[in-house]
Amino acid sequence: MRRGLDHKLVHWGKRNLFPNIAQSMISILMLIIGCGLLYLIMNWFLINAVWKGDSSACREASGACLSFIREKYLYILFGVYPREHLWRPIVGLILWIIFWFHFTKKKNWNKSLLLKFPTLFFIYYFLLSGGWGLSPVENHLWGGLPLTILLSTVGILVSYPLGILLALGRRSKSKLLSYPVVCYIELIRGVPLISILFMSSVMLPLFLPNDLNIDKLFRAQVAIILFSAAYFAEVVRGGLQSLPPGQEEAAKALGLNYLQTQMYVILPQALVQVIPPTVNTMIGMFKDTSLVIVIALFDLMGTAKSSLTDASWLGFSIEAYIFVALIYFIICFFMGRFSQQVEYEFKLSKERS
Amino acid sequence: MIKVTKLNKWFDDFHVLKNINLSIQKGERVVVCGPSGSGKSTLIRCMNYLEEFQEGSVAIEGKSILDSLEEIEKIRQDVGMVFQHFNLFPHLTILENLTLAPTLVRNISKDDAKTKAMEYLSKVKISSEANKYPNQISGGQKQRVAIARSLCMNPKVMLFDEPTSALDPEMVKEVLEVMTDLAKEGMTMICVTHEMGFAREVADRIIFMDHGEIIADLPPDQFFDRPDNPRLKEFLSQIL
Repeated sequence: MRRGLDHKLVHWGKRNLFPNIAQSMISILMLIIGCGLLYLIMNWFLINAVWKGDSSACREASGACLSFIREKYLYILFGVYPREHLWRPIVGLILWIIFWFHFTKKKNWNKSLLLKFPTLFFIYYFLLSGGWGLSPVENHLWGGLPLTILLSTVGILVSYPLGILLALGRRSKSKLLSYPVVCYIELIRGVPLISILFMSSVMLPLFLPNDLNIDKLFRAQVAIILFSAAYFAEVVRGGLQSLPPGQEEAAKALGLNYLQTQMYVILPQALVQVIPPTVNTMIGMFKDTSLVIVIALFDLMGTAKSSLTDASWLGFSIEAYIFVALIYFIICFFMGRFSQQVEYEFKLSKERS
Repeated sequence: MIKVTKLNKWFDDFHVLKNINLSIQKGERVVVCGPSGSGKSTLIRCMNYLEEFQEGSVAIEGKSILDSLEEIEKIRQDVGMVFQHFNLFPHLTILENLTLAPTLVRNISKDDAKTKAMEYLSKVKISSEANKYPNQISGGQKQRVAIARSLCMNPKVMLFDEPTSALDPEMVKEVLEVMTDLAKEGMTMICVTHEMGFAREVADRIIFMDHGEIIADLPPDQFFDRPDNPRLKEFLSQIL
C-alpha cells in the first residue's frame, strides 16, 4: 500500500515535473524560487516576528511587528466606533455572515430573498445607528469593516437591479429612452469613481441650498451606486445580446407583454450567462469602496491608514496593509467561490434528467 | 379569419412584400411555398406583427393589427406560431414551457394549466418527457413540444414557419404527423413549408410566392397537376 503510493508519486513527478531536460530545469528553478520565497516569508512572519512587546522591540527585530496588529486590530476593524457599543457592529457582521451562508445554498433562492435582504439591511443599519432603545451612534463615528460592508452590500443590492433596468433601457426601441441611458452609461464609465466621490462631497453641496445638508455617507453611497450601475448595465447587456432573437420572438408570439417577456424568458437566461463578469464587477466594486477614504470616510482601508499615524507606532505600514489585504482577500475569495457555485448549480439544473 | 390587404414591406431599400392581398377563412389549411428570399416567412411573421410593415393592413378576425398595437399581445394570444428553430425556453422544463404563457397571460391556475399541458403533450406523444429540459430531447421532439406549447393557448389560427427545415430527415415525419392530425381537427393553419407531400395531402390552398409577390393561389390538384404559370412550373420542376 505504502509502496504503491510512493510509486504513484514518483510516476506523477516524472510525468509532470521532469518529462525532459528543459522542463526539468524550469521545475528545479521554480522549486528553488518557491523555497526561497517561503523561507523569506516564514522568517519575516514567524521566526523573527515580534508577538509581544512595544514598538521599540519591534524596531529592533527584523521580522513582522505583530504586536502592532494586536494593539490596533480593533481600531482597524471598527474605527472609532464607541467601544462600549462594539457588540452592535459585531452582531451585525455575524448576521451578514450567517445570511451569506444561507444565501449560498440554492434551495434558498426564492422570492423571500426580496424580503430578507432589506430586512437584514434595516437590522444592520439599526444596530449601527441605534435608536429605539439603543443609544444613537452618529455615522461619522462608523468605520472599518462594518462601513465597508455597508457601502458594498447596499451598493451591490441597489446598483445591480438599477443596472438591469439601464441595460433594458439601452436596448429599448424608443430613442427617447435609449439615448439618455447610453449617455449616462458612457459618461459614468468615462469618469473615475474617485472624481465622482469628490463631486458628491465637494461640488454637490455648492449647488444645493445651504440649509439642505445631505449626509456625507449617504452621498458617497449614492455615488457608488450610480457608478457601478453603469458597469452592471454593460455586463447585463452582454448577456441580453448573447441570447438568440428567437427567444424574445417566441415569448411575444405566445402573447407575453414586454415585462413578462423580460422577467420570465429573457432575464433568467441572460443573467445566468453573465455570472462570471457580474461577480467580477461585484468584487471590483467591493474593493472600490476603499476610495471613500478621499472624502474622509474611514472604511477598512481608511482606518488602516489612519492607524499608521499613531506617533508611538510609526512605521509599521506593511503589517497594517497586509492585515487589511487579508481581510479583503478572504471576502473576495468567498465571492469568487460563490460565483463558481452559482454557475455550477445552473449547469447542473440544465443537465439533470 | 385573416385578411391581408395591400401589404407592402421594405427592409431598407429591399422591397420584400409587394402589394400582398390574401384572405383566409376559418378552418382553411393554407400552404405557402416558394424559393428562399421570396418573402414567405416575412409574410406570415407580419400576421402576428413579429415583423413590422410599412403599408397596407393585416386583420385577424376583423381586428386590424395596426389599429390595436396597444393590445397586440391580445391578438398574438390567439395566433399560435411555430418556428423553424423551435425557440423553446431552455431554462424551463418541457412542462414549464407549456404552462408559462397560459398562467401568465390567460390567468389560468397552475394546476389547470398543468393538466391541460399534459393533455397536449400526450397528444403530441411526448408526455413522458414532461420534466426534462429542452436540451435533453431530440429536434423532432422539440418541435412537437413547440406545437403543443402554442396549442396550450387555444389559438384560433396556427402559423408554421418552416417547421421541419431544421430537422434531421428521420424526424420530419413525426412532426408532419402531428400537423396533419391538427389539420384534420379543423384548425386554421398557415404553413410555410417545402414538404410538398404534406401540402398535397393536407392543404386546401397552396400559395406560391416569388420575389415578394403571390404568383399562384391554387387548390393542390391544380397546383401540382395543372400549373399555369411559367415560374411556378420551373419551381415545381426543381423540387419534385
